[in-house]
Amino acid sequence: MSDRKIRVVVAKPGLDGHDRGAKVIARALRDAGMEVIYTGLRQTVDQIVDTAIQEDVDAIGISILSGAHHHYFKAIIEGLAARDASDVIVFGGGVIPESEIPDLVKMGAGAIFGPGTPTSTCVKWLEGAVAEKRKAE
Amino acid sequence: MIDKALSGDVRAIARLISEVESETPRSEEIMRAMYPHTGRAHIIGVTGSPGSGKSSLVSKMIGTLRRQGKTVGVIAVDPSSPFSGGAILADRIRMQEHSGDPGVYIRSMGSRGSLGGLSKTTYEGALILDACGKDVVIIETVGVGQSEIDIVRIADTVCLVLVPGMGDDMQIMKAGIMEIADLFVINKADREGADKVAAEVRLMIKMFHTGDGWIQPVKMTSAATGAGLDELHDTIEGHLKHVRSSEEGAERLKKRLQWEVEEIVRRRIAKITESAWRERREERVIEKLLNKETDPYRVAQEVLDSAMGDFRSGQLL
Amino acid sequence: MFDKTILEEVRKLKEGYDASVEKSLGKQPERRESFTTGGGIPLKRLYTPVDIDGVDYEKDLGLPGSFPYTRGVQETQYRGRFWTMRQYAGFATAEDSNRRYRMLLDQGTMGLSVAFDLPTQIGYDSDHHMAAGEVGKVGVAIDSMADMETLFDGIPLDKVSTSMTINAPSSVLLAMYIGVAEKQGISMDKLSGTIQNDILKEYIARGTYIFPPKPSMRLITNIFDFCSKNVPKWNTISISGYHIREAGSTAVQEVAFTLADGIAYVEAAIKAGLDPNVFGKRLSFFFNAHNDFIEEISKFRAARRLWARILKDRFGVTDPKALPLRFHTQTGGCTLTAQQPENNIARVTIQALADVLGGTQSLHTNSMDEALALPTEKSVRIALKTQQIIAHESGVCNTIDPMAGSYAIESLTNEIETQAMEYISKIDEMGGMMAAIEKGYVQKQIQDAAYDYQISIEENDRVVVGVNKFTVEEEAGSLQLLKVDESVGTNQAKKLKELRDSRDNIAVKNALDSIREAAKDESANLMPAILDAVRCYTTEGEICGVLREEFGEYKENIVL
Repeated sequence: MSDRKIRVVVAKPGLDGHDRGAKVIARALRDAGMEVIYTGLRQTVDQIVDTAIQEDVDAIGISILSGAHHHYFKAIIEGLAARDASDVIVFGGGVIPESEIPDLVKMGAGAIFGPGTPTSTCVKWLEGAVAEKRKAE
Repeated sequence: MIDKALSGDVRAIARLISEVESETPRSEEIMRAMYPHTGRAHIIGVTGSPGSGKSSLVSKMIGTLRRQGKTVGVIAVDPSSPFSGGAILADRIRMQEHSGDPGVYIRSMGSRGSLGGLSKTTYEGALILDACGKDVVIIETVGVGQSEIDIVRIADTVCLVLVPGMGDDMQIMKAGIMEIADLFVINKADREGADKVAAEVRLMIKMFHTGDGWIQPVKMTSAATGAGLDELHDTIEGHLKHVRSSEEGAERLKKRLQWEVEEIVRRRIAKITESAWRERREERVIEKLLNKETDPYRVAQEVLDSAMGDFRSGQLL
Repeated sequence: MFDKTILEEVRKLKEGYDASVEKSLGKQPERRESFTTGGGIPLKRLYTPVDIDGVDYEKDLGLPGSFPYTRGVQETQYRGRFWTMRQYAGFATAEDSNRRYRMLLDQGTMGLSVAFDLPTQIGYDSDHHMAAGEVGKVGVAIDSMADMETLFDGIPLDKVSTSMTINAPSSVLLAMYIGVAEKQGISMDKLSGTIQNDILKEYIARGTYIFPPKPSMRLITNIFDFCSKNVPKWNTISISGYHIREAGSTAVQEVAFTLADGIAYVEAAIKAGLDPNVFGKRLSFFFNAHNDFIEEISKFRAARRLWARILKDRFGVTDPKALPLRFHTQTGGCTLTAQQPENNIARVTIQALADVLGGTQSLHTNSMDEALALPTEKSVRIALKTQQIIAHESGVCNTIDPMAGSYAIESLTNEIETQAMEYISKIDEMGGMMAAIEKGYVQKQIQDAAYDYQISIEENDRVVVGVNKFTVEEEAGSLQLLKVDESVGTNQAKKLKELRDSRDNIAVKNALDSIREAAKDESANLMPAILDAVRCYTTEGEICGVLREEFGEYKENIVL
């Protein structure tokens, strides 16, 4: 009767200080029974990747409102690959134009949640994605 | 995976801790493989109420240890939500300056229902880090104050962190958790009232100290500036020497081993009886209880009887 | 406020009405069981004179331009002149932003408002590793005075008032602005404008802090002191509730925490030996506006009254020019929806109208596409035109404070003031705003409100048109969006290298040494040393780097 909780890093990469979304999603994930490693503001890509590996998380959620999403998604996904950790799911939200989402998904992002997405949608998606991933292990 | 972890592979170590934390069927195998390699690391517990700056202090301690070439593992425990079982683990945020340093491994844990300031498997996590080559393992407790006594069972050295102006110093004394401390740290010592807190603590120590063993030192630090960290480090080292050479220390180690065995026994019993109960908890039994056709004591005995077979076969799950 | 016999009649009338409504509720229930403002203040079905019986007209409302300024800070309000229509703008390079400013000035904007990119706001040069991917993204990249010269090229600085959203490194950017003016032949006493310079809300809500509280407060009071002597027309701080609200607070919390920040600044300045009768004149505020029309109007009126009372009663301020709360407003960024973005034009109109009826001194209206990206030129123009329509066509500017005397508005004004004061008292008990921030109290209050708000939308208790009701299938990317070219970062880095190769590096080194010395001496004012440094093209990152070494860096306090 093992109880394998879903573990997620929620991080704010870069210099953007708007953390309302990150904090709301962190609480929603907690309230859905997940363990959220919250790393706060001004995280570098290396810090986020290191944290994900040391904490053995299933997923990394990042919130970006500064327009630098392309840069950070790319760097984090590549950083995970370089550490042989491509199984870690990367998802995110923030001010990201819909037209740029396909690009991010192609890059390897699991899902992008725009403004106005209910937290329950993110929770449900993440539960499904983690279940998928664990099945493959 | 086990060999990889023992050789220091971070991903493997992280995975092992997850297995043990989730109490998967493999966890016993893992711990038995770890066991021969344990006992080298200095396990330091850091406890104290929220707002006392524990995480910042731990971060500074890591810095000091790293400058001396020691490798460090950290387990930081935060409370889990009693409602959802989830948790927000945010101690690490204060230690992010050490990310990227291959000599430092930091792991956050939710308390997952345990009340003593640690989670059920914090000790196993520390043992894994010990076995996988960390010279020092620091455990930061939940820090909600009064019932944090588990740490004393598993740490070689327990630091109790206090800050001026929180009023928690006296609370802690009243609650009787003073005894768990091997040393006191007055953090945020640049604040007004730090000397007063230190003096009060010293007075308490004098009043309560009996016999001639270890006298709890009181150290002043500022995690913000790093002041007092070197002295704190020396004191902690001194305590380890004391533990490793004195009668008191030997007694402590014996107690820990005894507790370890008891803990494993307790957990196994709990697991087996829980599953035995789950199997029997059909509507029928509840119905009977409701109708007073039986009583909880009799049902309990039946559960234990049915569990007996499992005990004998050593079946775990 | 009313004659006793009249009140008694009203009370009776109302009782009859209540009884009759109760009866018909069974057959025809109301839309919901209870009604509240957007921020959760309970609303009555009907307000009557009975609800504002306790209001003393002279003491509580007074006249426009006099204590307690409930009805506005100017005698003639918008009959004299309209508020300043000030659109926050800036992106990519100084050249790009300069072009946007000239467009805005051509279109009738009256004041500039500079948005800086994040590396500039956090004191990193564009070539710093922490700046990777961020250069020019949310505002203009400024590394040295050379960029500032380009930014204001062809814009005479004695003819415009410029507001700069800059906080932790505000001394550096103000110094650069002064330096550019000098180059244009304009002395600093002719300059008017505002720097945000509000570090406390950075710790609470916005996140672009650099230094710990103590040296940060020192930098702020240094600016107060320097400007009162040398740049007398400059607003030295814009105490901001805007970002507190954006982070999720209620309207009441916005007022409470902003004024509590204000109290902390006044106390720090007094402690530094400054006179609140003098620096009080240069304090300005910055608020948000959401969609709950009557709550927002009441909020502005309550904030004005409460601040005047705090200054007078708590700090003994007597100069009537130092008492009025003057404020800039921006419509609520977080109220904009990414869904059906054109609907945002309607939201912005409602919010802007509330600001004007609440008596704002200056206003930024958001562009409809800002939930998706930086605004395009077209959407910025619509936002500005919205203000012009309110000013010239709506008629609300032709008489002063036209909402006054509304039973509901006056009741809510009272209620918001009372509830805000309760928060302020609680913060006082904790030992002031710094202590409350350190304990995480303020952050927790805001996060709880933000979470409750989110849940109320998800449970459909609160309707957001196009998000959880009246949704439509949309074509993705129907709106033309502005995208900042990724090459801005490399270009800016190249410019920096050229600058470092061509400037007088000995002068730079000496200037940085002087800053370090001044930083070590707690009684020194840092402004003169910083001004000398920017004049010889020392970069912002170099100056902040020295200050980082001397002051250390702040680490956030997470309470979730």
